[in-house]
Amino acid sequence: MEPVIRVHSTTAVIPARNIDTDQIIPARFLTTTTKEGLGLQLFADWRYRADGSPNPDFVLNLPQARGAKVLVAGRNFGCGSSREHAPWALLDYGFRAVISTEIADIFRGNALKNGLLPIVVDEPTSQWLLAHPGAEIDIDLQSARVTLPTGLSSAFSIDAFARHCLLNGLDELGFLQSRMGDIERYEAARFPGA
Amino acid sequence: MRTLFDKVWTAHEVVAETADTPAVLYIDLHLIHEVTSPQAFSVLRGLGLPVRRADRTLATMDHSTPTITEQVFGKVPIKVDAAAKQVRQLEHNAAEFGVELFGMRDARRGIVHIISPELGTTQPGMTIVCGDSHTSTHGAFGALAFGIGTTEVGHVFATQALLQRKPKTFAVNVEGRLRAGVTAKDLILAVIGRIGVSGGTGHVFEYRGSTIRALSMDERMTVCNMSIEAGARAGMVAPDDVTFAYLEDKPRAPKGKEWDEALARWRSLVTDPGAAFDATVDIDASLLEPMITYGTNPGMVLPIGASIPDTPGDEIFDRALRYMGFHGGEAMLGKPVDVVFIGSCTNGRLADLEAAAHILNGRKVAPGVRLLIVPGSQEIKRAAEAAGYADIFKAAGADWRESGCSMCLGMNGDTVAAGQYSISTSNRNFEGRQGVGARTLLASPYTAAASAVEGKVTDPRGML
Repeated sequence: MEPVIRVHSTTAVIPARNIDTDQIIPARFLTTTTKEGLGLQLFADWRYRADGSPNPDFVLNLPQARGAKVLVAGRNFGCGSSREHAPWALLDYGFRAVISTEIADIFRGNALKNGLLPIVVDEPTSQWLLAHPGAEIDIDLQSARVTLPTGLSSAFSIDAFARHCLLNGLDELGFLQSRMGDIERYEAARFPGA
Repeated sequence: MRTLFDKVWTAHEVVAETADTPAVLYIDLHLIHEVTSPQAFSVLRGLGLPVRRADRTLATMDHSTPTITEQVFGKVPIKVDAAAKQVRQLEHNAAEFGVELFGMRDARRGIVHIISPELGTTQPGMTIVCGDSHTSTHGAFGALAFGIGTTEVGHVFATQALLQRKPKTFAVNVEGRLRAGVTAKDLILAVIGRIGVSGGTGHVFEYRGSTIRALSMDERMTVCNMSIEAGARAGMVAPDDVTFAYLEDKPRAPKGKEWDEALARWRSLVTDPGAAFDATVDIDASLLEPMITYGTNPGMVLPIGASIPDTPGDEIFDRALRYMGFHGGEAMLGKPVDVVFIGSCTNGRLADLEAAAHILNGRKVAPGVRLLIVPGSQEIKRAAEAAGYADIFKAAGADWRESGCSMCLGMNGDTVAAGQYSISTSNRNFEGRQGVGARTLLASPYTAAASAVEGKVTDPRGML
């Protein structure tokens, strides 16, 4: 995995609360057997009209959202289904970070494993970001801080191990495999004679 | 003094967590299905790794499979091409990696969270994972069971373990007797309404109290199933004689001396008196009514006789009501219904079909309403046919199908049309969940069946 150290970008803002993974990538697109190309279907039911043309009112179709690598959303982003297709679709589209005041557990874990930063910020920072779509912000994983164009900077919390893996481009599977001796000893102790 | 969760967690800690590293947690049972496993098999193939413990892995197909008999057992091809490809891919992967598969025509096939309890592979005290958020269902047996992503599916394939931070505990205390016509579904919808769709984030629920003790296993599974709808990855019920009676004659439950040993172990899986939880909520079950959702997440829920809240100025709330075609202040009773779906891992078990049959017996589905009834497994299908429920459904004008996830998420072509109202016994009323533009009202099998008969949202208590 490529190391993730810093994301410096403009933002796209979807203020809705409780954005579930069925919105991020509707179930009918989950029949794929690969990870690629899901960006086209990101937020499909909000992004496209019934005839397949872009919905001009949807945030990601506005010129100011073009090139944004940071998605700012309302509380409890990524709830619902465990589909990893959600972070795959966000990454394939071009997002590198999602910011909310609360991010659902399974989505957060899936995002971290794919190098998409799930950033939980405090309420004032979130309010500012929601009110300023297109703002150019800086996310520094080394210091675990988000800096706004106002110069204000706020800390975000991120699991120490996930941060270590992201900063060094490490795959968690490698770490698990390095504990294989422990896993084998556990099995031998718990299932003697098996 | 430890909670049930603490006991199960500790027993599976290969390596305890530290400030710098998560715990290595051993996984006893890995369930897989066709939608969230293909990319994980590809990773294994790329790394030249086997499924390390194929003996602890079970596969089935449920999400994208057809429910039309001719497509399952006959010569009619699966309607959705990509779904057919996914089904073939799982057959191929299971064969290549030596994973036991309950395939399309297997008499034991069904929704993954329904067949594992039926087989007796879901047992108290286990850790169980699946690339599916409704894995929480298995917590009804006192297992620690939670949904994972596809990367983690690959981790379990390769190592039979996962890296996990220890979640917090949340006691959901439920006391009092549920009134007639008020079901386990109404109870869990009320819990979600109370604590909200993210109230359980970072926590594992333990459902406790006299109401939970009085529930059957089918009902406990309904409750645990929707833990994730309140943000909790897992929900647990301490195993008791109800659990043991359910498991005793299941094909893969321990037998003979092994059963006796297992029972002794399982009886210790209770929260010690005085053990502390990180959070608590108390619910008086005797006050609950049949519940129904009115919005676009399961927390937007009301007693069926109540009116939709009026919240002037909340643009996000208003947007949900616009999607639903509802207005603040309107009553839910009497809202028209186009489609009724009875099934899913939430309410597709035999007790749910029995409830639906109780209402539908001698009655007809209202003209213009489509009632789709999809059993949770082939075993449940056979049992419902033997009990005469299927005949009642067909006589009422319902469409009776082969098992699968079906219209819960509409991956297999069983969908609700844009703008239509669906009363569904499933678990999610998200925008577009049952089809593009579909409007879903979540409710119990009683409420769903009663509403199918009347063609509008109906309190089932007048029809019991």
